Amino acid sequence: MTTANTEQIGLIDRISGPVVQASNMRGSKLYDVARVGEEKLVGEIIRLTGDLATIQVYENTEGLTPGEPVHLTNAPLSVELGPGLMRQIFDGIQRPLPVIREVSGDFIARGIEIPGLDHKKLWDFAPSLKVGDKVVGGDILGEIPETPTVDFKLMVPPNIQGKLEFIAQRGDYTVDDLSATVITPTGDKVDLQFHHRWPVRQPRPYHQRLPSNVPLITGQRIFDTIAPIAKGGTGAIPGGFGTGKTVSQHQLAKWSDAKIVVYVGCGERGNEMTDVLMEFPKLVDPYTGGPLMDRTVLIANTSNMPVAAREASVYTGITLAEFFRDMGYDVAMMADSTSRWAEAMREISGRLEEMPGEESFPAYLASRIAEYYERAGRVLTIGSKPREASISVVGAVSPPGGDFSEPVTQNTLRIVKVFWALSKDLASRRHFPAIDYLLSYTLYWSALEDYYSDNVSPEFPELRAEALALLQKDKELQDIVALVGPDALPPSEKIILETARMLKEDFLQQNAFHETDSFCSLEKQYLMLKTILRFYEKAQDLYRRGAIVSDIFEHELVIRIARMKYIERSEIETSLNELMKEIDGLTIQAFGVED
Amino acid sequence: MTIQEKYETREFKTVTEVSGPLMFVDLKGMGGVSYGEIAEITTTTGEKRRGQVLDVSKNLAIIQCFEGTSGLETKDTTCRFLGETMKIGVSSEMLGRVFNGRGEVIDGGGDIVPDKILDITGSPINPSARQYPKEFIETGISTIDILLTLVRGQKLPLFSGSGLPHNMLAAQIARQAKVLGTEEDFAVIFSAMGITADEARFFRDDFEQTGALDKVVLFLNLADDPAIERLLTPRLALTAAEHLAYDHDYHVLVILTDITAYAESLREVAAARSEVPSRRGYPGYMYSDFSTIYERAGKIHGKKGSITQIPILTLPNYDITHPVPDLTGYITEGQVYVDIGLNRKGLYPPINPLPSLSRLMKDTIGQGSTRSDHKFVQDQLYALYATGKDLRDLVAVVGDESLSDIDKKTLEFAELFEQKFINQDYYEDRSIFESLDIGWELLGTFDDPHRVLKRIPSEFIDKFHPTKRDKKTDFNTVNI
Repeated sequence: MTTANTEQIGLIDRISGPVVQASNMRGSKLYDVARVGEEKLVGEIIRLTGDLATIQVYENTEGLTPGEPVHLTNAPLSVELGPGLMRQIFDGIQRPLPVIREVSGDFIARGIEIPGLDHKKLWDFAPSLKVGDKVVGGDILGEIPETPTVDFKLMVPPNIQGKLEFIAQRGDYTVDDLSATVITPTGDKVDLQFHHRWPVRQPRPYHQRLPSNVPLITGQRIFDTIAPIAKGGTGAIPGGFGTGKTVSQHQLAKWSDAKIVVYVGCGERGNEMTDVLMEFPKLVDPYTGGPLMDRTVLIANTSNMPVAAREASVYTGITLAEFFRDMGYDVAMMADSTSRWAEAMREISGRLEEMPGEESFPAYLASRIAEYYERAGRVLTIGSKPREASISVVGAVSPPGGDFSEPVTQNTLRIVKVFWALSKDLASRRHFPAIDYLLSYTLYWSALEDYYSDNVSPEFPELRAEALALLQKDKELQDIVALVGPDALPPSEKIILETARMLKEDFLQQNAFHETDSFCSLEKQYLMLKTILRFYEKAQDLYRRGAIVSDIFEHELVIRIARMKYIERSEIETSLNELMKEIDGLTIQAFGVED
Repeated sequence: MTIQEKYETREFKTVTEVSGPLMFVDLKGMGGVSYGEIAEITTTTGEKRRGQVLDVSKNLAIIQCFEGTSGLETKDTTCRFLGETMKIGVSSEMLGRVFNGRGEVIDGGGDIVPDKILDITGSPINPSARQYPKEFIETGISTIDILLTLVRGQKLPLFSGSGLPHNMLAAQIARQAKVLGTEEDFAVIFSAMGITADEARFFRDDFEQTGALDKVVLFLNLADDPAIERLLTPRLALTAAEHLAYDHDYHVLVILTDITAYAESLREVAAARSEVPSRRGYPGYMYSDFSTIYERAGKIHGKKGSITQIPILTLPNYDITHPVPDLTGYITEGQVYVDIGLNRKGLYPPINPLPSLSRLMKDTIGQGSTRSDHKFVQDQLYALYATGKDLRDLVAVVGDESLSDIDKKTLEFAELFEQKFINQDYYEDRSIFESLDIGWELLGTFDDPHRVLKRIPSEFIDKFHPTKRDKKTDFNTVNI
């Protein structure tokens, strides 16, 4: 949030909901922050006509009166970037919610001005450069151990270069202290603090884009095996209410192998954010062993908080994500839900009396969505020693009535490369995660296939293809069963139905609330899939040799396959190899047939 | 909010236009009127009505009139701006009293003496101040307690339709709701929006019969009351609820009925302002508007009280994809679906568990709160009922000859489940343990439980299955 540096004063002309019009605003710039009224509510200029400015206000505007002053700050909506972001929970314009609570109590009052970072806290800084070194934007001046799992890297802000005239020695500093002085090639002296500001609507620069060919491992079988997303990739989870969007997003935030997670609760339920706040500090990060909260930043602009701040919250989130990317980290950003963001745009657009597009969303909806997702990607960062880093973005979409043909879903699908379709039908069967395994797709598979072959098993791509084919065949057969009943199918097809049922229940269904099953390593996914398909082969063989299909699938081993998902991490390999050996050892005599 | 004392002219006789629920007042360039300010309108007959500023510039104020615009004209109607936003005086004396939809006492008693005067829009609860709801509310209704557990601080709407007994259900929940092992102050706030006088009387009589009336506050905007007033009613009710919950430690249950009528008023105002409509003519900001009502449910760290909401929606044409239930479902923590099919079968309460959901139950149920087998019983009942319903459809097409024995048993189970578990009397208050045991009796109809009851771990089957458990065990005391 921008500190008011007021020079010129405009006057409120008209107020309509979150939109305020002010006169005497000539000279102000589009997207500059303005402080509106006696209470200095935070707003952003979104249209200029002559000396009239239209301002979207991030706080409740009730009680504002025409004639009240509007102060200009001459700075766009920006965030403070420095140490102290991790573990924090912010509102849509980077005001820390716990600090707001100290100031205004349990309910959020208006006109509160709080900086995003704690300006009093001391940080233990260790420099890695020395006086006389040449630096460019993105170079790392030194490190601060921010949390046990994340080292904060103090960088030269983009667009600054020159020679270090001063750099702070090892010691404790606040974010306002001087960290370095740079003499630019033109001879100017630039003082750097331990933080800098960046406008949220402007993407931070990077050196070069890299191909996305490393998977973002999520520990969720439906994602990793069926429709994986790459590091630096983009994905969308659309689904009606009750289909499990938020649980899926939480699972991604918990278990994905990104170094940093930025979670934006955009216009969603208050209790869900509380759930995250309560749960994350207790959960153990499977990659580092520390609490998950140590690598997480939360942005919560719940549905009842001001709508304009909701619009800003996704930009605040992605800007923080870019900042961590620039340090060289893999960042995963979740936005729940982008539909609420789009609706905020629609509400503001309606108040501006703009010509509406489809479903009265503004005509620029598609381009805003595209711009936002384009800020994701795997890149070489700026700096004289470029680092490989990435931002993966997963957006939840809440289509009205669960209808995917609506504009937000459609415009999102045109951009993102992974589509995880939530299905009401599966949810009502309590098949969770309720992601439609046939409708969902990933465009990263061809880029990621090699990774799976090299790092998991050369068989993996083949097993995955076989499982997908079985599920597809199952779908076709189910249509027939619905018409003529299961008895009409030949036994060979019943084997397919039964195997597909095992794939669905014993592999794709995953219990987010079960301690062991909540996270499933790639290794385990591979072995589970292999076991089920091994049993499928054996079943075909037994049937050919005379066993009755229903007997085969009532064998005790089937129950053991169903329990695979609950096997502890340490025992997976031995247990499942043992199970496969037993499957191989099944004899036809066990089914009462003479060979 | 600031009171604009600095402007002298606060009264205008310059109404330029009256259209639908809106009135346009020319401010003659003098301004001084705030956004959201309350205006007092005096008609030519001397009647006083209230309205609120929806849009204001120096020259023009657009006012939505809560009490209707009939009788207003553009010559002598006066409009006085009161210099404040909509407020209500609250006090614990409100319990047992009846108010109209704009907060005036209508039970013939004297006005209440307010402890506090509060803004009715309220402020959003800071997410970091919220306490995650975890306390089980026993409603005595098996389907809700076992399958859709209600939690203190939750907002759980009834999705119903015309001709369905949602009012009885809401009244039964209000009558029977309790938290196990506690004797705490419990209050009910009833906010009626556009329901009929009969329906309002039904609730009032029900509260009276059970002697609960002195713990109830009624806010009544009935079908023949001004439609725009409905936009105030739930906010008045929730402001009173917040006072009782956070200043007087009450656990407040707020019943809001009917949200569909509320949404129609919202649409009426939006249409009168010629706003660009979103789906089915409802305004694009309906989601945000709903959230300022629903999100006022909850629990706050360090406060004893809580607000639990049961909004009632009548789904037009029983359509769950209609914007009103759709946007509600995206905000509330689940929904209870009152089903016309079950109602036709003569079952009460006709709650269909399959499209219903309680999002907060996962962290609430289990040992120490309900019983250790609750989660598994719930999962298993749900799964078997879903399978049974699927089989019913299949049998309707292909007949039951092709079914296996287990399938036939499952069909029977679905029938029994509806008759014994879902179905109960309007005055029947089942304890959570009775409900769980009914569940077990039904699960006990399957032979070979270890194979069929896949969702229940073996050790729980061995402990709780009707054939295996020790008959002498008093299940009321198990694990609690």
